[in-house]
Amino acid sequence: MGPLIPLGIIPEQWNNVIAVLIGMAFGFIMEGSGFSSSRKIVGLFYGYDFTVLKVFFTATVTAAIGILYFSYLGWIDFSMLHIHPTYVTGAIVGGLIMGVGFVTGGFCPGTSFCGVAIGKIDAIVYTIGLLVGIFIFSEAFSIFESIYNGNYMGEITITEFLGLSPYLFVFFFTLAAIAIFFVTSIIVKRVKKVNY
Amino acid sequence: MKTNMEDKSKIYYNPYFGGVVLGLILLATFYLTGRGLGASGAAKSTVVAAVDKFAPGHAHKSHYYSKFLSDDEHPLNNWLVFEVVGMLAGALLSGALAGRLKFKTEHSPKITVRRRLVFAGIGGFMFGFGSQVARGCTSGAALSGAAVLSLGGFITMMAIFGSAYGFAYFFRKLWI
Repeated sequence: MGPLIPLGIIPEQWNNVIAVLIGMAFGFIMEGSGFSSSRKIVGLFYGYDFTVLKVFFTATVTAAIGILYFSYLGWIDFSMLHIHPTYVTGAIVGGLIMGVGFVTGGFCPGTSFCGVAIGKIDAIVYTIGLLVGIFIFSEAFSIFESIYNGNYMGEITITEFLGLSPYLFVFFFTLAAIAIFFVTSIIVKRVKKVNY
Repeated sequence: MKTNMEDKSKIYYNPYFGGVVLGLILLATFYLTGRGLGASGAAKSTVVAAVDKFAPGHAHKSHYYSKFLSDDEHPLNNWLVFEVVGMLAGALLSGALAGRLKFKTEHSPKITVRRRLVFAGIGGFMFGFGSQVARGCTSGAALSGAAVLSLGGFITMMAIFGSAYGFAYFFRKLWI
């Protein structure tokens, strides 16, 4: 039965060791999939390279299906998992700001760390910008506090919100991902090649 | 062009293979620790630790920094900080094996290095700011949130990609 550390099956002291090992696997597979290259990443916004979109949605679908199976088979207690809390205003406003950052900077934070690790100077500058952005938000927190805390709905899932079965939802989400992969493979053939 | 095609530093995993492995890593993370992956959280901890070091009074008075400070634990003693340390090592290893370790600024030939770096800084700034507003970035909110079907995770995911697609046209000269 999992999750193993919260249930005490693996002692809490191992948590940070496991964090390092998981981080290594995460960084290794992200770098190897091309996430350390900003021009490869932004290909998804201009239609010349959808690698990152494919990796991202395949990973989301794989993990979501896996968690549902683990939960169904009784291997994991879903109620003990950390569900990212839903603050609707913050999620929308923050997401919109991050989207602009994505297309101007060419990275998201995780991918910029991969870039830093292999010596990309643009990723290093991006990461400095990241720290400054966090610092400015923190200093100006009182101004943005109402956006940050706006429309809190708790640790709610999308299927609870929509009143759907999680199995059905993930099934259709998977179909949508496959449809997106198919469409993007057509788009990439029609868009002018970019060499990078 | 031919040499470029044969350059192994340009060869990456098949995206579906990479995606499945990444998904399994995320699944293992939830199975072991009950939480997901993240990235911007480690940067936040770094900022909190730095402010606490140089202006501890200010950090403890602030409504934001104080959320992440406790009396018995250093702000860098945080799961995501350890994860990101591992991430840097893992990415370094992958880059070394593929022959990608090199100090360089990657940019479109149509723009200067300087322009690329200015926009990289702006992009990082906005992502850092936005990730605090949304309590997480593409890893923590969108990927890990959506994996456990969090409503907020899906909203953030759609907002990030929707906004990036919406604004892509205005910044196309940076890339294509």
